Amino acid sequence: MRGLSLFLGCVIPNRYPGIEMATKLCLAKMDIDCVELKGASCCPAPGLFRSFDRTSWLALAARNIVLSEELDRDILTVCNGCYSTLADANSIMKEDKALREQVNRHLGEIGREFKGSIEIRHIIEYFHRELGPQGIRKHVERPLDIRVAVHYGCHLLKPSRDRRLGSFERPEFFDELIESLGATSVDYPDKTECCGAGGGVRSALKEGSLRLAQNKLSRIKEAGVDCIVNACPFCHMQLDLGQEEIQRMTGAEYNIPVLHYTQLLGLALGFTPGMLGINLNVIKSNTFIQRIENGQ
Amino acid sequence: MSEPPHDNTDLLNTMKAACKDTLKCMQCGVCSGSCPSGRHMAINIRRLVKKAARTVDVLKDEQLWMCTTCYNCQERCPRNIDIVEAVFSLRSIAVREGIMLPEHGRVSGLLIRHGHAVPIDEERRKQRAELGLEEIPLTVQSCPEGLEEVRTLLRSCGFDRLTGNRNKSNARTETA
Repeated sequence: MRGLSLFLGCVIPNRYPGIEMATKLCLAKMDIDCVELKGASCCPAPGLFRSFDRTSWLALAARNIVLSEELDRDILTVCNGCYSTLADANSIMKEDKALREQVNRHLGEIGREFKGSIEIRHIIEYFHRELGPQGIRKHVERPLDIRVAVHYGCHLLKPSRDRRLGSFERPEFFDELIESLGATSVDYPDKTECCGAGGGVRSALKEGSLRLAQNKLSRIKEAGVDCIVNACPFCHMQLDLGQEEIQRMTGAEYNIPVLHYTQLLGLALGFTPGMLGINLNVIKSNTFIQRIENGQ
Repeated sequence: MSEPPHDNTDLLNTMKAACKDTLKCMQCGVCSGSCPSGRHMAINIRRLVKKAARTVDVLKDEQLWMCTTCYNCQERCPRNIDIVEAVFSLRSIAVREGIMLPEHGRVSGLLIRHGHAVPIDEERRKQRAELGLEEIPLTVQSCPEGLEEVRTLLRSCGFDRLTGNRNKSNARTETA
């Protein structure tokens, strides 16, 4: 199996650096061969730039993929949006020769060429396929006795014919990874529903976008959990920063801590909440953090 | 809404070609029933796609930008129509016609300037340093040659002209 290159994207390094730190700490501790993909850009974001112009979207995605091809490493994404863009662009260009030639003419301007020699991975999909819940469990030093609302996010699961991760209606693989850390993944209505951020909706039509997030947060609140765990920094932002925005908009208060899976994993591997940047969230998770630090 | 002054036949044909797949639609409504945006916003995805084969007005309809691309409609469509692909195509046609929401034009500018749709800010630089990460991420943001490559590519594809340096109509004001 090829080694990995870590693709950061935009929201992780530039808005939630705790997720970047958590990812790097976990990968190093689990001895997974992964280097940082230096010089990479925005993936570019699927909902926005794929909507605006397909060729530019493909060309910029192709440059990111080529950077990793040149290292002979598969790309590891930690974001559903980056995964969606890079995995889709990679398979589109592998399959459509004419399109690949068109994109390569643009890449020629910067002296690069898309070859189609690597794969795109998402950290959740990678953990589940390559290590499995059992493999993850072996690394756990601090089992987490907490109740978790898992949020898969759309682009980890769909289009399902391309993702091939089983049922998009009732998926289980992410729940299994959470439970391998000792936590309980709690069922709740609208569990696989969209957070509302994607497709350029959060950036341009924020009020409507937050109504989708509010629906999810209400369902999660009713289920009674210690935190939400996601696989995507854009869902993370929508569900974390979104709580403050919803409060301003409607007065509704949720106060639910939001963690990316790598941060939850980091806690189970023995890192402190501070090292994983969990305190950098908009929703301050003091009770949750104290509970983890006091060994529950 | 008044008709644009010029002949729209070519434009409508482009739209029809982009949505060719949707001719298989039997109007069952599973798509709009599965649409989370439809639960909370004005979008009716079934009606939107149906209209796209009949009138260019769809390009100016704000509903076109209410889709979060969650893929529920496409996954559940009994006729296996790639509905989200049709939305992407219609949006691209709208952008080529100069129709774009103002915030999307702004984000495109950020991509051209920084190589990121969401660039670093002062607060996060400080947070990164405190966490023990490089203050500026090792992306194009700390790689001037890489940023130049991104700009060259976007120019080569005409992205700047398409989204950045052109007076754009405001879809919001033109929607009923």
